Amino acid sequence: MVLLFLILIPLITGIMSFAVKGEGAKALALLSSILTLGVSAYISGANYSAPITYNHDWISILGTQFSLAADGMSSMLCLLTGIVVMVVMISNVNKEVESPGAFYGFLLLSQAGLMGVFLASDALVFYVFWELALIPVYFLCSRWGGEKRIAVTFKFFIYTFVGSLMMLAGLIFLSMQTQGLSSYSWADITRAGAALPPATQQWLFWLIFIAFAIKMPIFPFHTWQPDTYEQSPTPVTIILSALMVKMGLYAVLRWLLPVLPAGVAYWSDTVVVLSVIGIIYASCIAIVQTDMKRLVAYSSIAHMGLMAAVAFSHSNIGMHGIMVQMFNHGINITGMWLIVSMVENRWGTRDMTKLGGMATSAPNMAIAFVIISLASVALPLTNGFVGEFMLFNGLFSGTESNHIVVMVVAGLGIILGAVYTLNMIQKTAYGSTVKMVIAKDLSMNEYVGLAIVIILIIFLGVYPKPLLDLTYNIAGMIVPGH
Amino acid sequence: MKAIIATTVFGIVMMFAGLMVNNKKSVVTIATLLFIALLGVNIWDLATISSNAPQLLFSNMLRVEHYSLWFNTLMTGCSVLYVLLMGKEIQKVGSHVAEYFALIFFILCGLYILSTYNNLLMLFIGIEILSIPQYILAGSDKRNLKSSEASLKYFLMGAFSTGILLMGIALLYGAARTFNIMDMVSVLHSDALNPLALAGIMFIMIAMSFKVSAAPMHMWTPDVYDGAPTPFTAYMATIVKASAFFAFIRLFQVSFNSLSDHWTLILAIITAATLLVGNVTAVFQQSVKRMLAYSSIAQAGFMLFAVLAINKFAWQGIIIYAVAYSVATIGIFSVLVKLKDYTYDGFNGLAKKEPLLAFTASIFLFSLAGIPLTGGFMAKYYVLLAVVQQGHLLWLVIFGLLMAAISVYYYFRVIIAMYFKTGTPEFTSPVTMGDKVMLVITCILVLLIGILPQLLLNRIIA
Repeated sequence: MVLLFLILIPLITGIMSFAVKGEGAKALALLSSILTLGVSAYISGANYSAPITYNHDWISILGTQFSLAADGMSSMLCLLTGIVVMVVMISNVNKEVESPGAFYGFLLLSQAGLMGVFLASDALVFYVFWELALIPVYFLCSRWGGEKRIAVTFKFFIYTFVGSLMMLAGLIFLSMQTQGLSSYSWADITRAGAALPPATQQWLFWLIFIAFAIKMPIFPFHTWQPDTYEQSPTPVTIILSALMVKMGLYAVLRWLLPVLPAGVAYWSDTVVVLSVIGIIYASCIAIVQTDMKRLVAYSSIAHMGLMAAVAFSHSNIGMHGIMVQMFNHGINITGMWLIVSMVENRWGTRDMTKLGGMATSAPNMAIAFVIISLASVALPLTNGFVGEFMLFNGLFSGTESNHIVVMVVAGLGIILGAVYTLNMIQKTAYGSTVKMVIAKDLSMNEYVGLAIVIILIIFLGVYPKPLLDLTYNIAGMIVPGH
Repeated sequence: MKAIIATTVFGIVMMFAGLMVNNKKSVVTIATLLFIALLGVNIWDLATISSNAPQLLFSNMLRVEHYSLWFNTLMTGCSVLYVLLMGKEIQKVGSHVAEYFALIFFILCGLYILSTYNNLLMLFIGIEILSIPQYILAGSDKRNLKSSEASLKYFLMGAFSTGILLMGIALLYGAARTFNIMDMVSVLHSDALNPLALAGIMFIMIAMSFKVSAAPMHMWTPDVYDGAPTPFTAYMATIVKASAFFAFIRLFQVSFNSLSDHWTLILAIITAATLLVGNVTAVFQQSVKRMLAYSSIAQAGFMLFAVLAINKFAWQGIIIYAVAYSVATIGIFSVLVKLKDYTYDGFNGLAKKEPLLAFTASIFLFSLAGIPLTGGFMAKYYVLLAVVQQGHLLWLVIFGLLMAAISVYYYFRVIIAMYFKTGTPEFTSPVTMGDKVMLVITCILVLLIGILPQLLLNRIIA
């Protein structure tokens, strides 16, 4: 029952928000996000003992039930969703948007969709939420985004919709293989999928994987991403990059690895190579970007690429690393976007060639920026380090044929990551001339938002145990053959 | 089957009402009441039939099954919805308002025959009763050249395809020595493969493809749907089309089931062609009305999935598809008909001026595109399920899904125009409170089918 609140609170407040005029919507959204965070924190806390489930009859004739389940991974991602959405709401307190009722309404609806995706333990419910998370985001980007927003968002929508439909076909096929010919429950789907002959699993793999690959995004499917991030308003960019890309990775872990083990085994080399290409490719492009938003967008492809590569290298510690890194990446990139949007609001540009000297004009912001950047390049004692260390450990101990080469090439990504991130700090925060003359340091709400991010960065860097404990069991469950 | 008698009587009553009642508004009120009465008669029919024993009527000419009556009732329900949403617009088409309603009653009579026929002659009669009123309705805007063109085109092509249907029936009779679709099963099954039977099946398949506007027999559809007065286009594209589909499935599931090896591939190719032509051509349309005409071809492609699936899901699939598609299409047409400009630009800024209209239109478009939690999703899901169950047509399923993704492109163009572009849409008449209430009810129906399909599915026993 408590799981239902995670979906219902944002859903109901989201719908209410459309009717609220003016400032009320903002307050409602903030209140709702705090409540949701409270519930997700409670669930994460309770999860140390046993997973929580919720079942309700839905369309029994199709073998689908409205069933939710929160194990370590799900509750960790729900917690992340709760934190990120709250930080978004806090940092938006002093901003004006056009028709706030609809804006915050859509934000909350997308949160409801995300929660549903992370909690669903029935394939059809999962699919429904997967689509529902997308539609509010579509409206948010198309209405409040940048100049080219309509075309860009349209591309994004069609891209992901094609993927989801393929996934739907795959899920229908899988449910046909279950006992009694139609069940969508995770347990049945997993059992049926794993029992399929390897040849079937091999083609079924792509039917399902495409949707997740587009969402993450993995190298050849990533073209929607930088444009969409650039054109979206910052709160939406945060939702997209901190949470929606996690949907893709989460779906791989939950609905692909255990479901089609033979298919995964057959294709994992291919996916790992694609991911590693993505890391290097995105990093190289990030280096030559002058627009901060595009730079962070490409850096996100590189980070997700590493996680995807590890997801397909069959190692227990690697899996555990992904759990940790999903959370950390979500936190870090939220911080990054906050800083980028603050820069854009204050100085009216994101072009790094026109920026410089933030440390002089807005020292607090510069300090926060440096800490978040260091976490993003995985400096020890930041949260990024713990995750990335475990990821590389996983790659190294992986079972695919060239895991050492893969690790070395992926390791290059870290160095390249340091190059573009430090370059960005240097150009904006320091630089030879102080171009950012209009000085206005952090306002109160920005302070709070960034403080939450930074506290989490340092706390989880020094003492990652709570996060590791929360996701410990699940990591072993997913790796096939363990 | 009191409904067949009732609808004939009501049709004649409407014709006389045209003579007696001069006020157009009263005519619409009478028609609305008669439609509601007809729905009552259908429910009465449904309540009095046992769910497992089909009833044979008129010397075995009709065979009334439980699910046929469900189809009748639901389609009559959609007609009631149609009259409530469109009644005001039908008044504006021309001066013979009463006749228009009479013709719609006759169309429904054809529908009832097509959902229960047990004999190929009844199929022929049903198709004719269904089609002839449509030829008249298509040309009812007499001063408009496009409307007359639509009528003539539809009539010529329709007559031609009916000829093909008759030819097919004749050949089939030669092979099976019976018109009865149930008796035919054993003859077709036991005989060594008879070329006459195969030829007959092909002729009938082509004629039925014409009636449901499947490619490459779809050429008439865009011109007729575009030319006909919009309220009547809405009826032709929904209830009439669903009825033709029901007849199509009835024949191919019942009689030609055992020969499915011989026709499945051809029908699968027709399905793929229909999906391709409908969806790809719809992308390039500038007029929303014409786009909806092509989208109706595309949706026909999905309904063909139900014909292809020779299993128990097919009946439920076609019924839920027919309802979900009809409700959403009638809804979007009733928004369209209020606008002066039928191009995409005509929708610009609708969300600012009439937020409720834009919102309901979005839900209808979501449903047509097959977004979850709308009826359209459940419908698409169900017919896909039916075909996946069939096993060997997975390529078609994937092709269909890709086409569904294309359909998002043109449906969302309307949403983009309404919400993200600026402009001042012009209405033919002011939007009243009654219109809004009806639109909201339609919208709730669309969502209800999407969220709780079992309310419907559990009752349709196939």
